[in-house]
Amino acid sequence: MNVIYTDNNATTRVADEVIEEMLPFFGGFYGNPSSMHTFGDRVGKKIRQARQKVADLIHADPDEIIFTSCGTESDNSAIFSALNAHPDKKRIITSNVEHPAILNLFKYLRDKKGYDVVLVPVDKKGHLNLDLLYDSLSDDTAIVSLMWANNETGVIFPIPEIAEKVTEKGILFHTDAVQAAGKIPIDVKDAHVDMLSLSGHKIHAPKGIGVLYVKKGIKFFPYLIGGHQEKGRRGGTENTVSIIGLGKACELAAQQLPIMNTQVKELRDYLQNQLLEKIPSVSVNGDLENRLPNTLSIGFDAVEGESILLMLDKEGICASSGSACTSGSLDPSHVLMAMEVPFKSAHGTIRFSLSHYNTKEEMDHIVKTMVPAIETLRAMSPFWKDGKLV
Amino acid sequence: MWEYTDKVKDHFMHPRNVGELKDANAIGETGSLNCGDALKLFLKVDENERIVDASFMTFGCASAVASSSALTEIIKGMTLDEAAKVTNGDIADYLGGLPKEKMHCSVMGKSALQKAIADYRGIQIMEKPGEMVCECFEVTDLEIIEAVKANGLETTEDVTNYLKAGGGCGKCLGRIEEVIASVKAEG
Ligand SMILES: Cc1ncc(COP(=O)(O)O)c(C=O)c1O
Ligand code: FES
Repeated sequence: MNVIYTDNNATTRVADEVIEEMLPFFGGFYGNPSSMHTFGDRVGKKIRQARQKVADLIHADPDEIIFTSCGTESDNSAIFSALNAHPDKKRIITSNVEHPAILNLFKYLRDKKGYDVVLVPVDKKGHLNLDLLYDSLSDDTAIVSLMWANNETGVIFPIPEIAEKVTEKGILFHTDAVQAAGKIPIDVKDAHVDMLSLSGHKIHAPKGIGVLYVKKGIKFFPYLIGGHQEKGRRGGTENTVSIIGLGKACELAAQQLPIMNTQVKELRDYLQNQLLEKIPSVSVNGDLENRLPNTLSIGFDAVEGESILLMLDKEGICASSGSACTSGSLDPSHVLMAMEVPFKSAHGTIRFSLSHYNTKEEMDHIVKTMVPAIETLRAMSPFWKDGKLV
Repeated sequence: MWEYTDKVKDHFMHPRNVGELKDANAIGETGSLNCGDALKLFLKVDENERIVDASFMTFGCASAVASSSALTEIIKGMTLDEAAKVTNGDIADYLGGLPKEKMHCSVMGKSALQKAIADYRGIQIMEKPGEMVCECFEVTDLEIIEAVKANGLETTEDVTNYLKAGGGCGKCLGRIEEVIASVKAEG
C-alpha cells in the first residue's frame, strides 16, 4: 500500500539529497572534527559548512549557532541559561499553547522550583492576548518564551513585534521556531530575538539533531557541561552525520521556501476547501490568515478523532488527531481547549500537515476516504441525526 | 498507535448491531459529547425478560466502538438477570483485552447496560449516590471506591484510565488520591 504522508508537523521524510550528503560520514569519514589531523578535519570542515548553511536559513552568524540533540534540548537549554543569567529574577512568561518542551518545563519550574509562571492565553483564533503579555512584563522577569508557529493549528504569533517590545525592556526573549523554520521566512536580525530553537526532523533532516541560536552578546550558560565543543557552550562530541545532514536540509529549506508558500499552500487550501464543501458540520481551527502554509487543523462534529485516524490509516493515510487520547484522558489537546474550540468539534479534530512531497492526487484520495469515513462514523454516533448534530 | 487486538480492530471496522433499534423497549445512555465518548444502548426484551435483540450507537474512539459492539454480542440471548452480572472485565476479555488506558470504554458499556436494565424494569435510577468527586465526568466517591476495590487500582492514573475521573481539568485529582488512600487504609 502506498503511504500518503500528511503528518509533517510530527516529523518529515529525510530528503534524498540529505541522505546522500550524510552517507560518507557514516562510513569512511569517521574522524573527530576536533582532531588536529587532516582526516578529522575533513569532518570538521563539513561541519563548518553546515553551520554556515544553518545560519544562512535564519540570517544569523555561524558563531551564533549551537548544535544540540533535538528541539527539546534547545528549548530547555535556552530557558535554563536565562535562569542562570538572572538567578534573582523569579518570573518566567510563556503561552498556554506551547509545545510540551516549553510548557512542561515551565510547569516543572513553577511546581518544583517556585517560579512565578505566567501563561498568556490565546483567543478563539489562536492569537496571543498581547495586552496581557505586555502587562505581565516586570523587572522580575527572567525570560519570555513564545513559539513562532503552533504545531497543532499552524497559527503564527507576531514574533518580531513581540520580541522588540520584550527586549526593549531588557528582558530576554526566546522563540521556539521548530515549526516555523522552512515554512515561513525567519530573520533573527530583523526579529530582535535573543535565542531561537530549531529541530532537524521537521525540515527533512534526521531526528535527534537540533539548533539553538544565541545572539552575539547574550550571555549563555551551557546546559551540557563538558568538552570545548560548540565553543564550550555544549559539551559532547558532535553528532557529525546529522549536523552535516541538517546543513543540507537548511540549504534546501531556503530554496523551497517559495514553494511552501505557493504550491504547498495551494494543496493545503484545496484539501481544506474540498473537505468543507463535501462534508457538512466541519470547521477549521485557528486563524485562516496567520497560519503556516502547510497546516490544516479541521474538526468534524459528532465524531471522534482516533476513529477517523484509524479509518485513514486503513488507506495508508498518515495524519494526527487533535485529542491527546492518552492516559485515559480523552480531553482534546491543550491547544484546542485554550482556544475554546467547542467539544463537539474538538474531539473530532484532525491535523493534516503537508510538505512539498505531497500531490494533488493524494489530496483527492484523502477527500475520497474522508467522506465515507465521516459518514460511517456519524451513522454510528448518538449525536448525529438526520444530517445534523443533535 | 494503540496496540489493539485483532478482535478490537475487527469490531471497530465491522461493528455488529449498529444503529437505532426501532422496537427497542429498553434504552440506556451514558457519556456525553464533552467527555469524548458516549454510548446509547438499545434492547428488545421479551416477556420472559430475555434480551432478544440489542443494538448501539457510539461516539468515541476505536475501543469505545468495539466495546459497544462486543457488549451487544455478549448480552443477546441473555436474561436481564444474567446480563446484569456482565462486568466490564467480561467485555474486555471478549475483545482479547484492551489497553489499560482504554479500560473506561468497557466501563462505559457496563454502565449503559445497567441503565437499560433499570429502564426496562421502570426503576428510576436515582441521582447517583455518594459525593461527587469529578465534576468533569460526573464520578462519585462510591464509584471510585468500587472501581478501586474491583480492579485493584493503585494510583490516580489507574482511576483515570478506568473512570476518566481526573482526566479533564484535573482539579479533583487530590480528592481522588484521598479516596484511594481511604480504601487502602480499610485494607
Ligand atoms: C513547536 C515544537 N517545539 C519543539 C518540538 C520538539 O522537537 P524535538 O522533537 O526535536 O525535541 C516540536 C516537535 O515535536 C515542536 O513541534
Ligand atoms: S473535576 Fe475531575 S477532571 Fe475536572
